[in-house]
Amino acid sequence: MRFDWIDTLPFWPDQISDHAATVDTIMVAFSFVMVLFVAPIFVLMAFFAFKYRRGSKADRMGRPRSLPWLEATWALVPLVVMMVFFYQAARAYFDMHDEMENALRIEVIGKQWMWKTQHPNGKRQINQLNVPVGVPVVLNMISQDVIHSMYLPALRIKQDVLPHRYTKLRFVATETGTFHLTCAEYCGTLHSRMGGSLVVMEREAYDAWVEEAPDAVAPVERGRRLFTEAGCRGCHAEDAPVEAPLLDGLYGSAVPLAGGGSVEADDNYLRTAILRPNAHVVAGFDPIMPSFRQQLDEAQILDLIAYIQALPTGGREQGEGR
Amino acid sequence: MNAIYTRDAPDYIRAAYSLRSWLFSTDHKRIGVLYLISITVFFFLGALAAGLIRLELFTAEADLVTPDVYNRAFSLHGVLMVWFFLIPSIPAVFGNFLIPTMIGANDLAFPRLNLASWWVFMGGGLLTFIALLLGGVDTGWTFYTPYSSMFSNSYVALTILGVFIAGFSTIFTGLNIIVTVHKLRAPGMTWMRLPLFVWSHYATSIVMILATPVLAMTLLLVTAERVLGIGVFDPALGGDPLLFQHLFWFYSHPAVYIMILPSMGVMSEVITAFAHKRVFGYAYVAFSSIAIAAIGFLVWGHHMFVAGQSVYASMMFSAMSFLVAVPSAIKVYNWTATLYKGQVTIGVPLLYAMAFIGLFVVGGLTGLFLATLALDVHVHDTYFVVAHFHYIMVGASVMAYMAALHFWWPKITGRMYPEVLGRWSAVIAFLGFNVTFFPQFLAGYIGQPRRYQTYWPELETLNQISTLGVALLAVGYIMPFFYFVRSLWRGPRAPANPWDAFGLEWMIPSPPPTEPFKDTPHVTWEAYDYPRPEDQGARDGR
Repeated sequence: MRFDWIDTLPFWPDQISDHAATVDTIMVAFSFVMVLFVAPIFVLMAFFAFKYRRGSKADRMGRPRSLPWLEATWALVPLVVMMVFFYQAARAYFDMHDEMENALRIEVIGKQWMWKTQHPNGKRQINQLNVPVGVPVVLNMISQDVIHSMYLPALRIKQDVLPHRYTKLRFVATETGTFHLTCAEYCGTLHSRMGGSLVVMEREAYDAWVEEAPDAVAPVERGRRLFTEAGCRGCHAEDAPVEAPLLDGLYGSAVPLAGGGSVEADDNYLRTAILRPNAHVVAGFDPIMPSFRQQLDEAQILDLIAYIQALPTGGREQGEGR
Repeated sequence: MNAIYTRDAPDYIRAAYSLRSWLFSTDHKRIGVLYLISITVFFFLGALAAGLIRLELFTAEADLVTPDVYNRAFSLHGVLMVWFFLIPSIPAVFGNFLIPTMIGANDLAFPRLNLASWWVFMGGGLLTFIALLLGGVDTGWTFYTPYSSMFSNSYVALTILGVFIAGFSTIFTGLNIIVTVHKLRAPGMTWMRLPLFVWSHYATSIVMILATPVLAMTLLLVTAERVLGIGVFDPALGGDPLLFQHLFWFYSHPAVYIMILPSMGVMSEVITAFAHKRVFGYAYVAFSSIAIAAIGFLVWGHHMFVAGQSVYASMMFSAMSFLVAVPSAIKVYNWTATLYKGQVTIGVPLLYAMAFIGLFVVGGLTGLFLATLALDVHVHDTYFVVAHFHYIMVGASVMAYMAALHFWWPKITGRMYPEVLGRWSAVIAFLGFNVTFFPQFLAGYIGQPRRYQTYWPELETLNQISTLGVALLAVGYIMPFFYFVRSLWRGPRAPANPWDAFGLEWMIPSPPPTEPFKDTPHVTWEAYDYPRPEDQGARDGR
């Protein structure tokens, strides 16, 4: 069930996704139920205060001291009704965390006090996020300094952006237009200036817009160059003089760890492996890799991850001499 | 019952006149008064900061102060109001003053620890005030890392030290109340005969001594990282910023119950006194305090639904947050039922109590919106949250504090305040509060983030209504200040029991002697033992 009339209410924000409509429906239905629970309190309080005002002739015989059935009723009935909302809202919350098929992945870096976004072909924006309508979008976000929070009110979603690991925000916008994009976690002096706009475009318009980027270099390509320049190739190659794990097909696989267990090689694993190599040492290898914390910034780490992600399973990349 | 108090002894105010006799008194009543004066100063300081914030927000653009001043203003407002007004407000003033008397004792279990708590509190307050004079702190009252530990260029360490030290006064007070309630109850004053004010303070004290040490440790760790560079929370040093949030809210969510449980105790006293009737469902109201204190420790993660914690953790914290609402609801329904077949007088304290119930209900239920996962994702860190917790902390806690002040003012000072002005102040504060904070729910749902100096033009109307409400609210708070002070000289003398209320504190003179109970009273009555109509016949409707 969904209330379609909600976004015609006064003071109601733009609503541009199915998730937003679900949230609004829960909000309005919940408010309505709340009024049902609260109204008796206010009405009875006023009524009792008047009827039983001091000196009134009302009958006061047979005052109950306590009624267990009544206590149980007003404790449990609201709780049971609340559980319906708990369930619906939890489901919507889980849905927004579910992975989506064929999502358009956009990298987001937050820093005091701006948002940088990067599209798959390397096109970059500042304080603006252009996305196509009707297409699943996943924002892969990280902060360069303090905690920020990506807040897109028209979609009814936000996610804190942390300085030490990637967090994700997933959505499908269903209406075109320009909407607010802002930072919701206090981040210092110009916190209230750390915002911009979310621009939802028709698909063709987005495709044309994103192609219009003469200087853009795809992250995979930048990562490929960086892999050599930063010295990664010196060890992570078949002909390298040092024993280091090969990275082909690594992304998304399960990595066996020294000391037992394994960990999935996702974005956060790769980032940690580059910055704090000894956090998860791969089984069968010595912990000899140095940290690259001083050499790489967040954008470069994203490039490297994009490159590693593109390495094919069980073979070397085409045209790539090792 | 009249013989239980000491006759012919001077009351606690006239017992000695020197400043020293106040500042070093171990009399719980004098210490209560010291706290009352101190927190009033902190309250008006915090309120000035709030006024500055709302003035700046009258327009969408930043046109009054610089961003740094704005950020310092809301940080100061939060720090002062939370740790130097709300947390000590009812427990340290009224708990201190009333709990020994209510249970038939002449003082708390540890009078000198009680005095130490006030000195420690003032020490913490002084350090925080010095930090303010030097230039203030700009982290917000939440001190989120790594901003507070590595990035902020303000007096974080000094402010934290102030809060850290003030925390010990909370622990001292909590400890004192717990031991006093266990050990100093008069013969016959069984647990189930305790006034509900005492029950709610007992529950509060448990939270105080279990949660406050966690805050102290957390703040020390922030300082260690900031001053010594020891990595705990900053990922650049190998720490985890979310660890701070877990530790902080493990204290700070229960701390919300430190602020609201004593208010609930006040409600039970005021409503029974003005309904002239035993509270409905005594045991349910008493144990709901304990339930709130216990479940309150298991809900901290609802502050972190968008922080990056596991979705399963979020689900559990959401469920627990729904559960903690049940005992609060039980209390509100029982208070309403207490009016049924009562002898209701609408005095000033009851007006404030009714304002409390109205605002607490709105604040509590909007808290459920925030416990609802998908809704919280949208309104988290917006003005919806600001409105919600002000309905609880200001709407409810401050209204209860005002109810308590009006209810026990004759007992504390021996003077009556003007009834009509009191009614006006209650009505004006209630209206002013709603005009100020209700629009913030709407602004928050539209998406106005909290701690923003500037906002989108479409939010201007709502913000202007809110700022205008502050003027009304200020009148509602300043009026009592003046008529209370005036009443000290001009107010009619208060009788021992001006409200015809039941309880040991009303059986002793106003103001009470230093040691009110000559002999320890033997309690043979239950709490709120008001006359029943059956026993009185039909005379005059009684």
